[in-house]
Amino acid sequence: MMHWIIVPVLLPALLAPILGFIMRYDITLARVFSTVGTVVLLAVALGLAVAAADGQTHVYRLGDWPAPFGIVLVLDRLSALMVLLTASLALIVLVHAIATGWDARGRHFHALFQFQLMGICGAFLTGDAFNLFVFFEVLLIASYGLMIHAGGRGRLRAGVQYVVMNLAGSTLFLFALGTLYASTGTLNIADMAVRIAEIPAEEAALVRVAAVLLMIVFAVKAALFPVQFWLPATYANAPAPVAALFAIMTKVGAYAILRVHTISFGPGMPGTEGLADTWLFPAAIVTIAVGAFGVLGARRLMPLIAFSVVGSMGTLLVAVADFTPDATTAALYYMVHSTFAGACLFLVADLVISRRPSDRLTPMPATVQNGLFASLFFAAAIAMAGMPPLSGFLGKLLVLDALREPGSIIWVWTAILAGSFLTIVGFARAGSLLFWRSTAIPLPIPMQHDPRTTGQFTRATPMQVAPSIAAIGVLAALSVFAGPITGYLEDTSEQLFDRESYIAAVLQPEEVEAQPESAEDLPAVEGN
Amino acid sequence: MEFVVASAVGVLTAGGVYLMLRLRTFPVILGLALLSYAVNVFIFASGRLVINQPPILSPYGEASYTDPLPQALVLTAIVISFGMTAVLVMVGLSAFLESGDDRINIDGDGPEGDAEEDAQ
Repeated sequence: MMHWIIVPVLLPALLAPILGFIMRYDITLARVFSTVGTVVLLAVALGLAVAAADGQTHVYRLGDWPAPFGIVLVLDRLSALMVLLTASLALIVLVHAIATGWDARGRHFHALFQFQLMGICGAFLTGDAFNLFVFFEVLLIASYGLMIHAGGRGRLRAGVQYVVMNLAGSTLFLFALGTLYASTGTLNIADMAVRIAEIPAEEAALVRVAAVLLMIVFAVKAALFPVQFWLPATYANAPAPVAALFAIMTKVGAYAILRVHTISFGPGMPGTEGLADTWLFPAAIVTIAVGAFGVLGARRLMPLIAFSVVGSMGTLLVAVADFTPDATTAALYYMVHSTFAGACLFLVADLVISRRPSDRLTPMPATVQNGLFASLFFAAAIAMAGMPPLSGFLGKLLVLDALREPGSIIWVWTAILAGSFLTIVGFARAGSLLFWRSTAIPLPIPMQHDPRTTGQFTRATPMQVAPSIAAIGVLAALSVFAGPITGYLEDTSEQLFDRESYIAAVLQPEEVEAQPESAEDLPAVEGN
Repeated sequence: MEFVVASAVGVLTAGGVYLMLRLRTFPVILGLALLSYAVNVFIFASGRLVINQPPILSPYGEASYTDPLPQALVLTAIVISFGMTAVLVMVGLSAFLESGDDRINIDGDGPEGDAEEDAQ
């Protein structure tokens, strides 16, 4: 049993209270510790990715209790990839937040940031459905704090909406778990797969209800139509670095759909086969359309980027909805790409907006370093819209290539291609308004609004620009090394769909035989 | 007893959903509290309804017992939903004090000032 698996959960969990209680009045100390903690997390995530590359499913039993009774953390290629993605994104966002001073505009930014990382890493690593709920709550409660960081009227109101939406989602999650437990007698994802496979199709009504409820919960997190409406308001009003970090939160939802609906409710289960893809596919198509029209119609920069994130989630979930190894490879590549592309856009937008009176898409006097910001925005936007040479193009190409069945090709290709076109138009419009037409406006006019325009002339320091450039660098690396990365992702999705070895790794084979339906037919039923 | 428990869950859920749809902070908080009560009872009942049984296996033969796991789950759920409700009260209160409005649905795309104009 490799103990490193628990480190991505434990490290932020131990660091956060120290940051919150001991370093609350010393921002420099908090910055140093938070950065060092995130760098260590990145190193551990790299180590775990190397360890998981051997193709085995590593299981960490908490308290050494055997699997269906105790909680297990499971490290396979997919979870290692997601933890690595989280850690690298976190480092980029943290450097940006420190360099731009966002972390000092309210209390406890670093403590909440670490709790957020704990929740996200835990959700990626856990092998137990109820534990997944707990880690969801951890990451959500940290995200509530981060969402309203630095306060302000619009942000607090958007925060209330966000909290309410997610509390309702959590309640639904609990209903789903209760139903699952009542019908299968277990909450361990691998054990659930064993039990559900034994349920014949005509008796699986309750399990089907639970599967769909779970999918709705994950769809709320993944901003899937018709429950995507919270995302634009939230991301647009959140502090920009936090919105950049939230780019991974939507992926938590996509990951959970991929994990639970592949292993527990996936292909080959008589009761729940074909359930997820039936609903997921049309919803994802509509999500692409919602995102594209939102990008086209946005009047402010932050909602524009938020809608482009919605559109990218649609593209991602179209590929997920296919539930085949090929499409999942494409989905994973696009997931890595869209995380960095979305985060990069938010970071660049932060640099621009903090030097303009507001983020309205109207011509305003050009900011200092207009050329630098314009080229950063251009690079991030072509990545998000899916134009060559950056990885968005390859990601969409992989998705299109994977989804070529006669029935779905019309929908998928039309939605993705038309959606990409609208996104390109929307970004081109925004970019030309922000960076190009602005240069036609003479500078002295807005000087009357002194307090707001003073920030306009502060040049961005290299440290403030570095995170955005690093994110674009990752996107470039994704397309340069697309071959080896796709090879790794192919192995990842193959491992994900190899349900038997996952189950065997989590539950020792002899134990699966030894305790059939232990909790299901309890003698307690006759108690009343 | 099944009927009583089932209808209690149903009534609590219906009330919770109705209050949530009011889209004002205070009714929504009450609605979420009702929903969390409903889900707690629901989880508790997912281990089957049993009266007068211990949640542990008896070492002395064939005595029946009630499933202890849902009781542990419901404890976690109670703690989490209680904490979350407290957070929501605080966030909702500060949003109300900041903006003077307890409406929950806001237009995502409007400039920050527009939300207020829309409300009037």
